[in-house]
Amino acid sequence: MDLLTQMSQWAELARSGGELTAWQNFAVDFYQAFLEADRWQQYLEGVGTTLFVTALALLIGVVLGSVVAFIRVTHDQQRAGHKNPLLGILNLVCEVYSTVIRGTPMLVQLYIMGLVIFSSSREFTLVGALSLGINSGAYVSEIIRGGLMAVDPGQMEAGRSLGLNYLTTMFLIVVPQAIKSVLPSLGNEFIVLLKDTSLITVIGGQELLYAARGVMNRTYEQMFPLLGTAAIYLVLVMIFTWLLGILERRLRQSDHR
Amino acid sequence: MIIAENLQKSYGGLDVLRGVSLTVNKGDVVCLVGPSGCGKSTFLRCLTRLEEPTGGHVYLDGEEVTEKGIDKIRARMGMVFQHFNLFPHLTVKRNITLAPTRLHRMNKAQADQRAMELLERIGLADKADAYPSSLSGGQKQRIAIARALAMDPEVLLFDEPTSALDPEMVGEVLELMKELARGGMTMVVVTHEMGFAREVANRVIFIDEGIIKVDKPPKEFFANPENERLKTFLSKVL
Repeated sequence: MDLLTQMSQWAELARSGGELTAWQNFAVDFYQAFLEADRWQQYLEGVGTTLFVTALALLIGVVLGSVVAFIRVTHDQQRAGHKNPLLGILNLVCEVYSTVIRGTPMLVQLYIMGLVIFSSSREFTLVGALSLGINSGAYVSEIIRGGLMAVDPGQMEAGRSLGLNYLTTMFLIVVPQAIKSVLPSLGNEFIVLLKDTSLITVIGGQELLYAARGVMNRTYEQMFPLLGTAAIYLVLVMIFTWLLGILERRLRQSDHR
Repeated sequence: MIIAENLQKSYGGLDVLRGVSLTVNKGDVVCLVGPSGCGKSTFLRCLTRLEEPTGGHVYLDGEEVTEKGIDKIRARMGMVFQHFNLFPHLTVKRNITLAPTRLHRMNKAQADQRAMELLERIGLADKADAYPSSLSGGQKQRIAIARALAMDPEVLLFDEPTSALDPEMVGEVLELMKELARGGMTMVVVTHEMGFAREVANRVIFIDEGIIKVDKPPKEFFANPENERLKTFLSKVL
């Protein structure tokens, strides 16, 4: 008799009130957490959603962060006496955004997005991804801003002195050099986001932790679903850290500086 | 050709330029010398508004240089920097062709051809597809000069072009600059190379304390300096 059938029989026995040894109980808990009724598929779906939410949030974060960083750097590089009023307003908006998002807890932001702003929406996962993206954007904007400011000012001067305008110089000369220096930090942000997606479960986002909670509610057993979830996150993070390491080495190799 | 009128620049409370007026004629090779911190680089940078002057005017061929239309003006005034400022993520050839193609001076094929001509002229044609990081300081500066020349500027401004170079590389850059001067290029050069000033310039200007103290042909400038500050300066650098 193979182990699987054995465990399902023990589970039957437990449900009908039979006595089990400690080892048998342990095996039944494991069986119910992952194998019974093909529950591992729920975790797998959860992982899929987690990765999707991470990717979507990162995309929103990078787009938002780039726009904010660009506005702030452009604003700061204006000369005294030549300030553009529109840019001043945009810069103020960006600063408020950055301050509010970075000054309030992620969890509170999620509740506000899920229960107040989008209280009538049933797309919990998407609302969660949007909230994460907006949150991430504030941090990404600081990363990108740092990258843009780290490019030697002489590069901007050289571009401008050839007669190229500000935007052309920015996009052809400064940005390409900044991208290389921010990619590792963006990779880090991706990993932080991957773990933070577990938070969206509180507003009903159906990611990995949500799947684990579903199992816990059916089996009244917490240890295996939670440890399993932790292990899955750990493996995901290790895989992505390894991939980022490869990317970083590639970048260094193509470094023309 | 270039007229600077009473140029002033102050940072906070510090007056770096205190009214500098200078006329540069076509074909002039003007060398600006002076103790460090005297404002000579600031003056050069004010001409193309890389620094914004706090007072005074600059005219290029009679047209006032202001923030409006500055990009067109800058395309006519080439600038060579102390630290070269080549674009590290682009090949040598692309460094040279970027501005002419982006500003629609010429198409890609014409720009490539022009770049190769310039590289040929400075003896670095074999480096066309190399990246700046693989070049020596002297090679970088010669390419920076070629990059400025690709825009066919009416005047070239040099901001201490040899100061960041190892001594053995100074010669090749000065040689190229001499060749340009002989070709009739109008040049304004901030430099510490007194030999170059003496040999190539038709005017040497001593800037000190934010104003022009001496403006003379090199022979007189070096042979009988009357200004006390210039005497002290020359006794230190010669």
